[in-house]
Amino acid sequence: MAGMDIVTQEELNNVLAKLASILPPRIIDELRNKLANKTLTREQLTELVKTIVNEYYKALIDPGEAIGIVTAQSVGEPSTQMILRSFHFAGLREFSMALGLPRMIEIVDARRKPSVPIMTVYLDEDHRHDPNKAREIAYKIQLTTIENVAKSVEIDYVNSQITIEIDEEELGQRGLSMEDVRKVMEKIKGKGAHVEVEGNIIRVTLENADVIKLRKVRDKIMQTRLAGIKNVKKTLVRYKDGEWIIETEGTNLEAVLTLEGVDYRRTISNDLHEVAEVLGIEAARTVIMRELKKVLDQQGLDTDIRHLMLIADVMTWTGRVRQVGRHGVVGEKESPLARAAFEVTVKNLVEASIRGEVEQFRGVVESVIAGKYIPIGTGIVQLMMEFE
Amino acid sequence: MAQTEKTVVREEEIPLKTIKSIKFALLSPDIIRSMSVMEITTSETYDEAGRPMVGGLMDRRLGVVEPGARCETCGNPPDKCPGHFGRIELAKPVIHVEYAKYIYDLLRATCRECGRILLTDEEIEKYRKRLERLRVRWRLLADKLVERIRKKAMERTVCPHCGAKQYKVRFERPYTFYEEKENGVLEKLDPVKIRERLEKIPDSDLELLGWDPKAARPEWAILTVLPVPPPQVRPSIQLETGQRSEDDLTHKLVDIVRVNEKLRTAIESGAPSTVIDQLWDLLQYHVATYFNNELPNLPPVKHRSGRPLKTLAQRLKGKEGRFRGSLSGKRVDFSARTVISPDPNLSINEVGVPIDVAKILTVPMVVTEWNIDLARQLVLNGPEVWPGANYVIYPDGRRVDLRYFRDRRELANKLAPGFVVERHLMNGDIVLFNRQPSLHRMSMMGHLVRVLPGRTFRLHLAVCPPYNADFDGDEMNLHVPQNEEARAEARMLMLVQNHIITPRYGGPIIGARQDYITGGYLLTRKDTFVNKELLMYLLAAANYEGEIDEPAIMHPKELWTGKQVISMLLPKDLNWVQPTAIKESCKDPYNCYTDEYIVIVNGYMATGVLDKKSIGAEQVDSLWHVIVKRYGNDYARKWIDSVLRALLRFLDLRGFTMGIDSLEMPRESYEELAKLYEESERKVFEYIQRYREGKLEAEPGLTVEETLENNITIELSRVREAAARVVEKYINKDSDAYIMAKTGARGSIINITQMVAMIGQQTIRGERFKRGFYGRTTAHFEPGDLGPMAKGFVRNNFKVGLSPIEFFFHAAGGRDGLVDTAVRTAQSGYMQRRLINALQDIYVAYDGTVRSANGSIIQTKYAEDGIDVSKSDHGRLNIDEILRRVGLGG
Repeated sequence: MAGMDIVTQEELNNVLAKLASILPPRIIDELRNKLANKTLTREQLTELVKTIVNEYYKALIDPGEAIGIVTAQSVGEPSTQMILRSFHFAGLREFSMALGLPRMIEIVDARRKPSVPIMTVYLDEDHRHDPNKAREIAYKIQLTTIENVAKSVEIDYVNSQITIEIDEEELGQRGLSMEDVRKVMEKIKGKGAHVEVEGNIIRVTLENADVIKLRKVRDKIMQTRLAGIKNVKKTLVRYKDGEWIIETEGTNLEAVLTLEGVDYRRTISNDLHEVAEVLGIEAARTVIMRELKKVLDQQGLDTDIRHLMLIADVMTWTGRVRQVGRHGVVGEKESPLARAAFEVTVKNLVEASIRGEVEQFRGVVESVIAGKYIPIGTGIVQLMMEFE
Repeated sequence: MAQTEKTVVREEEIPLKTIKSIKFALLSPDIIRSMSVMEITTSETYDEAGRPMVGGLMDRRLGVVEPGARCETCGNPPDKCPGHFGRIELAKPVIHVEYAKYIYDLLRATCRECGRILLTDEEIEKYRKRLERLRVRWRLLADKLVERIRKKAMERTVCPHCGAKQYKVRFERPYTFYEEKENGVLEKLDPVKIRERLEKIPDSDLELLGWDPKAARPEWAILTVLPVPPPQVRPSIQLETGQRSEDDLTHKLVDIVRVNEKLRTAIESGAPSTVIDQLWDLLQYHVATYFNNELPNLPPVKHRSGRPLKTLAQRLKGKEGRFRGSLSGKRVDFSARTVISPDPNLSINEVGVPIDVAKILTVPMVVTEWNIDLARQLVLNGPEVWPGANYVIYPDGRRVDLRYFRDRRELANKLAPGFVVERHLMNGDIVLFNRQPSLHRMSMMGHLVRVLPGRTFRLHLAVCPPYNADFDGDEMNLHVPQNEEARAEARMLMLVQNHIITPRYGGPIIGARQDYITGGYLLTRKDTFVNKELLMYLLAAANYEGEIDEPAIMHPKELWTGKQVISMLLPKDLNWVQPTAIKESCKDPYNCYTDEYIVIVNGYMATGVLDKKSIGAEQVDSLWHVIVKRYGNDYARKWIDSVLRALLRFLDLRGFTMGIDSLEMPRESYEELAKLYEESERKVFEYIQRYREGKLEAEPGLTVEETLENNITIELSRVREAAARVVEKYINKDSDAYIMAKTGARGSIINITQMVAMIGQQTIRGERFKRGFYGRTTAHFEPGDLGPMAKGFVRNNFKVGLSPIEFFFHAAGGRDGLVDTAVRTAQSGYMQRRLINALQDIYVAYDGTVRSANGSIIQTKYAEDGIDVSKSDHGRLNIDEILRRVGLGG
């Protein structure tokens, strides 16, 4: 090979930079990596640029493509194939996560609370490599109440006394000691109650209390927070992809993100609305995509991420998380006929008449109803002719 | 033509208009009166002679439906008369039920004295400005603001305009209103009073409350006159007995007219107010149920037979209602439906159509100079002989039915350019073929017609996966496009080969299945040799045209390897490497001597076998996938047609079956299996023992019982896996069942394991059996028995047979599975309907953005990179492939 023909690194970079205005970044990156240790001639480079731009243009989506329908079908069709395969999670301790079709419906419904709210807590550089440090944080996250560590509870109605025996073993497992319990109990002291802590026995004596009040006080004590974050019922420290992470049942993103040792960049919850509120709508969009992908992957179904992207965008582009259904995306359509053709027909027609709405026939169902051409796909083409 | 009759209006001459927009509004009494042609004055519909009563609900002035009659308003016969509305003047006003809720809102938000909105002038000004701004572009926010305004107005108890004290208005569904006075006395608000109040609300205040006063004044929702739809909307049916049966709406209108008459005479004769009120309420009830017969707290009006009447709301609502049943989904002509059956000799883009069907479905063919001879022959053949024609349309639009036409020869001679012949369906015509449920666009594809004898539609087996069809009695539909645009679109966009790659994941959804895969494997196996005769058979089946490669073995007989046969069919510039389904330990494709990798060099298949991984449907990055991507849809279609035909021919000649001999295993394997089970059973009982002794420790987050159950489940699923491994070890690798399982043709190792070794745990809702008797599943066990057998473990295999108890568990588990799928299809069907409804208007605009129906941008570039999945290579742009093409591949 003649030395003249070899393309220098600099030239290559220039070409790639120019290509960046045409090709998406992901392709440019892939190209850069794959060309990293190759020498190529000028001729080859020209050929390469020509081919790749050509191929990219060929793969571009056509104007008019009814991509919404394709997307809905691409997600809806595999959902009919989902089955609850038993023994699938026969692996060790896992959350009884809602998976498969029910979870999918939950996501597109944008339910207020997922049936099993889960947070995946990533840890910072200092904590992610050591299971013990990870566990320490897990203790800080997991909600521990007196009830969780109590071995037995008794009420002496005669002497208005509540006796709680603490299970020290349980306490130890949660990284706590009697000292922590004592501190918490001190706070209760002030409210007309006398608290005594002796070994692992707590005695609370009340003055002139009736049965109902005693029970109330007992319940209150049992629910007292010893450690952890509200709503987080369970934690699980797991080793995943070369680092220790914490998975929790029950979510409270806001509180966890402020915790030291937590990698607030990656920590995420599976509760769409919580994510939208704490991290913003773009984060919620990503969560919708990821959660849908998770369900499909777990069922062994292949659906391109682009479809999930579009669903997530349709659900979030207004800045709020909207349900795919009559209280969200469909219910907010402009066309009264489209809404009436979906659900709650009569109500939509009545309200349309009150507001004096006008049907413009810009969507698909409306056009089908009126027997017009569908303004999408090949129907998007409009021909104008100039007459002399 | 000797047509001297008076002018006949032909459909083509009726001016066509398209709907540009529809404005929704409330009918005002004035409009109702002006659009009505008569007032209904009597509840009688027919007189004794059976003629419609004048002034009755079937008055001829409303329009006519019976053939032969003429409309007394427009003078047209039934097929031209659109019908005309009438009216009922109500003796006293009644509330339109569907608007009651909105009337309630208005009553609470406006003053009972002066009718103004209960907001101060400053507030009104502020909100009006804001609302005006939002209305321009933020329709949804405007709605939200209206809601806020209403809430705010409702809070006021004193009118800021006239100072009148506001009483609380109570609403009792469906249409009764009360006012709660200071002392808690409820005073009924009758429609007259409500109407008076609503009349006082000024237009400008209504706008703040979300009403468009030009379209809907609230007092119009209190009906004083009721429009009566023409009989076209409520046709009566003539029963065989000669009796007439009226439509539900007519029944309802009769009720209304009757009560209205009574009420009027009561008022006129000065009856006591209680009587009047009673009749008034009855009128209200009838008018309410006329609109909606499923109102809360109201008994639905029933027919004499006890069936509830279908009134207006019921006609519109639901799946079979006007919107979903008649407007969004329409019935079509030029369609056929019959059972499907397989035909491997068709191309994948063909469909076999029975002659009987082809003789009924027609394609309009415009006669030109070039096809006039054909057209003449078709007309001559007539409707009974295929290929013939059923109708001829003259240039003036006259239509001749060839079934009843005497002299076809004369007609044929008369044919000239400009005539249209509706000819029979013929070979090569494009049709749409569809199987429900139509879950994706591949559920309806374009096929080319092949008219065949028989009574079923025939289709190629490789197109079963996209339709999800099998031949156990499935039926499919066929539609014949009737104009050039439709046919052009079908040919360009819908033809089967254009849908080999699914837009779901960018891989082939059409491809080989079952016998094709078995055939591919057996043909390309190392020990398969093909003599000259067989080679000729195979290449003939493949429609091969070209040179025959040099035989691999020349002496004593010329023999070709199976791989050579495939090689001859491969494109000569194809280079491809991929693992096969039988891949086990080999790492390096170029140094594997057990055919675990397919290596194709310049169209020559050097190693490997064909199986599901390479030619199967729904396999990405496979040999079949590259062929589609590299050589295009049309080439791919021809290739798969010919290869599949060859493979099937080979399998036919070789023979392939599965019998009990496929399931033979040596004695020692059974001993091993027995040991496995006993070992496992021992472990399970050990767990149970430990649990009984209270020594079993609960796993975090689980109770002791859950832990035990968990452990047992894991242990028992482990046995089945272990059993599968034993089967793999001992089963005859050349048995038909194993070949099918291994190549992916049909069945799996699990199926074989269940046949020869052990069926394993049966489950209900993913858990071991637990219901039945107290503490046990059946009476054959001790209460509290937690062992494998007592909880639905099936130790036997299908070959040996199940014990009665096992059989019961197996049946129960099977039923649970069926119920599960039934529930699931309903759920996923609804989810898909919602997804479609939410996303169907979204399209890619010319600027590359993704937009919704009203033009709002949803994505600035489709999916961030603008790549269409169905044009991609499994969702990517295949850079490796491109590098290879420019000579930079590694």
